[in-house]
Amino acid sequence: MHELSIATAIVETVLQEMQRRQLPAVSAVGVRVGALSGVVPDALEFSFQAIINGTPLAGARLAIEQVPLQGKCRNCGLDFSVQEFIFACPDCHSGQIEITRGEELEIAYLEVSS
Amino acid sequence: MTEKIAVEKKVLSENDKLAAEVRSQLMRHGVVALNLVSSPGSGKTSLLERTLAELNQELRLGLIAGDVQTENDADRLKRAGGRLVQPIVTGGLCHLDAKMITRVLPQFDLAQLDLLFIENVGNLVCPSSYDLGEDMKVVLISTTEGDDKPLKYPAMFRRAKVMVINKIDLLGTSDFDLERAKANARRINADLEIFEVSCRTGAGLRAWFDWLRGLVHGPARAVPPTMGA
Repeated sequence: MHELSIATAIVETVLQEMQRRQLPAVSAVGVRVGALSGVVPDALEFSFQAIINGTPLAGARLAIEQVPLQGKCRNCGLDFSVQEFIFACPDCHSGQIEITRGEELEIAYLEVSS
Repeated sequence: MTEKIAVEKKVLSENDKLAAEVRSQLMRHGVVALNLVSSPGSGKTSLLERTLAELNQELRLGLIAGDVQTENDADRLKRAGGRLVQPIVTGGLCHLDAKMITRVLPQFDLAQLDLLFIENVGNLVCPSSYDLGEDMKVVLISTTEGDDKPLKYPAMFRRAKVMVINKIDLLGTSDFDLERAKANARRINADLEIFEVSCRTGAGLRAWFDWLRGLVHGPARAVPPTMGA
């Protein structure tokens, strides 16, 4: 389980952003977690809540947007949603698939109460 | 009233930055780096022992051996003739990251190196998220595991360029179906290069050695992998 490492990276980045933008408090941290990011959302949330106590982020929510896998066929150009991690074009059956969405592991936004 | 402030930053941007530095250092010296990943016990260390025995006089090999605890693998590689073996003991952490590589890289004289093997911690989940600055990930499975491994760990098999199936001498003693394993892997990643070997008997290793020679001597260096979207 490496979600603790990932949560730590999120917290460190957010604390830097808070300092840079001079935000006294943050009510939520919005993150995108792709289906193929290798990160389990529940474990990430658990880890995040476990490490924010005693930091300026205490009490913040982790708002996770789960991004489904989307692919584009290099052979026929079809855009399609990748089901069950099967990387094959539903039209021409080519296996040459470029992943267009679903590998994200990003901090999208901070929510502040004004 | 709440307000949303856009950040738009990769969570692992710090790791990726260090990995990019490692990659450019290796490229500057023409060193090819392979990140070896597998479950515990698939045979990463055995494959490296065999590779040392075959190529150690011919190519200048460097090895980084990552383990949660003990330097046993690093010791095995030294006994196998590895002249440049650097252990990393993660102390419980389930993967290597770019910072750990950055710390040990100065131990190597990169100008005197052709090929750098990074033996990751035995784990098919966590190492898939971390770029170490390698040219490519090589994933191992063995015939004593399930042939559905690629389906269970799609992120890793998708991000690998090469799959080595080890312990083919044991085929038939378990329910592992070689063709099914390859088909499962290709469902996830149609471009996977696949080697079938036995580190115990030596079967199939010639193709692996020749492929490594081609990596070092070939005109086209591997394209750096892209991590994440």
